[in-house]
Amino acid sequence: MSAPRRSGRAGTAADRLQRLLALVPYVVSREVVGLAETAAAFGISETELVDDLNMLWCVELRSPDPYCPIDLSYEGGEIVISEAESMDRPLRLGADEASALLVGLRLLAELPGPQDRSALRRTIAKLEAAAGEAAAASAHVSVHMDGRAPADVQAQVADAMRQGRRLHLSYYVPGRDEATERDVDPMRLLLVEGRAYLEAWCRRAEAVRLFRLDRVLALTVLDLPAEVPEQAVGVDVDSGQLFRPSPDDVRVELELADAGRWVAEYYPCEQVTEAADGRIRVLLRTPDTRWVRRLALRLGEDGRVLSPPGLARAVEEDATAALALYA
Amino acid sequence: MSKQKTERLLSLVVCLLSSRRYLTASQIRDAVPGYPAAFDAFKRMFERDKDELRELGIPLETGMNNPDEEIGYRISRQAYELPEIVLEPDEAAVLGLAARVWRRAELAGAAAGGLLKLRAAGVEAEESTQPGIEPRLQTPEPAFGPLWEAVRDARSVRFGYVAAGRAAAQVRNLEPWGVVNRHGRWYVAGFDRDRGEERVFRLSRIEGEVTFTGPPGSVTVPEGTDVHKTVQAWDTAPPQVRTAELRIRAGAGFGLRRRASAEAPLDGADGWDLVSTPFSDTGWYADYIASFGADVVVIEPVDLREAVIRRLKGALISEPADGRRRAGEAT
Repeated sequence: MSAPRRSGRAGTAADRLQRLLALVPYVVSREVVGLAETAAAFGISETELVDDLNMLWCVELRSPDPYCPIDLSYEGGEIVISEAESMDRPLRLGADEASALLVGLRLLAELPGPQDRSALRRTIAKLEAAAGEAAAASAHVSVHMDGRAPADVQAQVADAMRQGRRLHLSYYVPGRDEATERDVDPMRLLLVEGRAYLEAWCRRAEAVRLFRLDRVLALTVLDLPAEVPEQAVGVDVDSGQLFRPSPDDVRVELELADAGRWVAEYYPCEQVTEAADGRIRVLLRTPDTRWVRRLALRLGEDGRVLSPPGLARAVEEDATAALALYA
Repeated sequence: MSKQKTERLLSLVVCLLSSRRYLTASQIRDAVPGYPAAFDAFKRMFERDKDELRELGIPLETGMNNPDEEIGYRISRQAYELPEIVLEPDEAAVLGLAARVWRRAELAGAAAGGLLKLRAAGVEAEESTQPGIEPRLQTPEPAFGPLWEAVRDARSVRFGYVAAGRAAAQVRNLEPWGVVNRHGRWYVAGFDRDRGEERVFRLSRIEGEVTFTGPPGSVTVPEGTDVHKTVQAWDTAPPQVRTAELRIRAGAGFGLRRRASAEAPLDGADGWDLVSTPFSDTGWYADYIASFGADVVVIEPVDLREAVIRRLKGALISEPADGRRRAGEAT
């Protein structure tokens, strides 16, 4: 995946120019603003910001008569721009910028969840008006992320979140082929890679857990307030890995044929190496290997467990026992 | 990064923005510091600078103040400036949320850049504390970038495509109408020039480079096109649904029972239930059933039963990689 590009910070002259052109109206629209706050807003250090301000202040046009169009000061850590010539408004939104924001807003407006729909509608209308022609391209991107979860489950979760209530979940754990019962205090609804997850404080595990909404068998909104403890830290949605392996996890090594390669994409694998005959070897860590036994059965000849040896034997026993029933 | 270049471009923008009149190239050279004295060298540099400004979306206009004058340049403030936009705190909060949707995807820079301009217009878009919801789009498909550009600029494209069930890529020529994300996957829909009709392509099956085959503005999206509906229809072709009769151990096979159409204890077999479930994709369903091991047995249909047996036998022959014999085998 390409690394997300950060606006403002990148290294080219054009990137810095964009930042400078935004910096002037940023300060002008706020009249007085602190160096630290501004640097944070632009994602740069205070030193870089001071360099930017100095560059703006030094702009000089030489003809017909030499003059300096921009006058500013940042004494005492407060920026004031007293003279901004014709630079006091930001540049219009480009088609990419308008589309990225509008697609995000429309997606949020469409998703079931606790978000403020009235605010979304108003923002979309205002942004479309301000973007003008640049908004047109956004009509060619359409995103439908229902998270593959039943609508009533999503609606009830959203209700509980809006009201700040505790939920009782009957939740299917496929790795153990079990329905589990637990009370949870909802934190956020996450939609990642096309799936919806409820992030919640699980009162049974006394930890933050993610629940895939399509695996919720039944739920009840309880007449109790949700109490998410202060030490509960949400997962980092942008780390690229929703489920973090722990150092205590078991290391499982699998070898996969072509038809089993999806495993490397579907599960977070620590290491993927090419092996003989177009096969690949993957390494994953898991606190509970029961699901790996199920995975190995489902893969059949398209995959096998290399280690730990005990797990490979267990898979063999599972397959033998199952085949005995067909004899 | 070249400091001189940034300074020069900045001065150029300020110079052109503050002038109501078109300025000729020589007037610009006289006013903006940093250009070389030799006219040819100046012209070359000025051409590149103009391109850079246009790439940033700065509306550089060319024209003449009088018919007998040399051609000149200016930036109209009206075309340059973001119109007034005032957002209430709740609106600014959802805007911050929307910008995060792309954080790990192709348009992350565009979303951040747009947000920065709105902040520059006075919007206080905080890294919001709104309760709640964090949708994320991913664009791991390398084809997303060029196809989005093609759709945005209405240009035709050519790419290699490995259709489902085929081993090799075929060249396809497409007039793209839109990109669609369904369940986290990206698709492009448009007019397939070789097939002469509307087609849908999954981006993850595009191989190699996507090349532009027409200039911007050369594709017309037909009136009333709904690319999402097109993709939905393509993606959810009605499958043939059959019924599987399964023997499932009491208290097990939960994932299968969830989709059951009928469920009852099995006569004469204590500890087993008879469960009927609908299914459509035999291969996928056989894999899934195999994962339940000795808790589930397929009674019928026969092809499903055999597919499960094949899977289980496949899992049996999992010899260790170093060729050691299996435990219990004669040596």
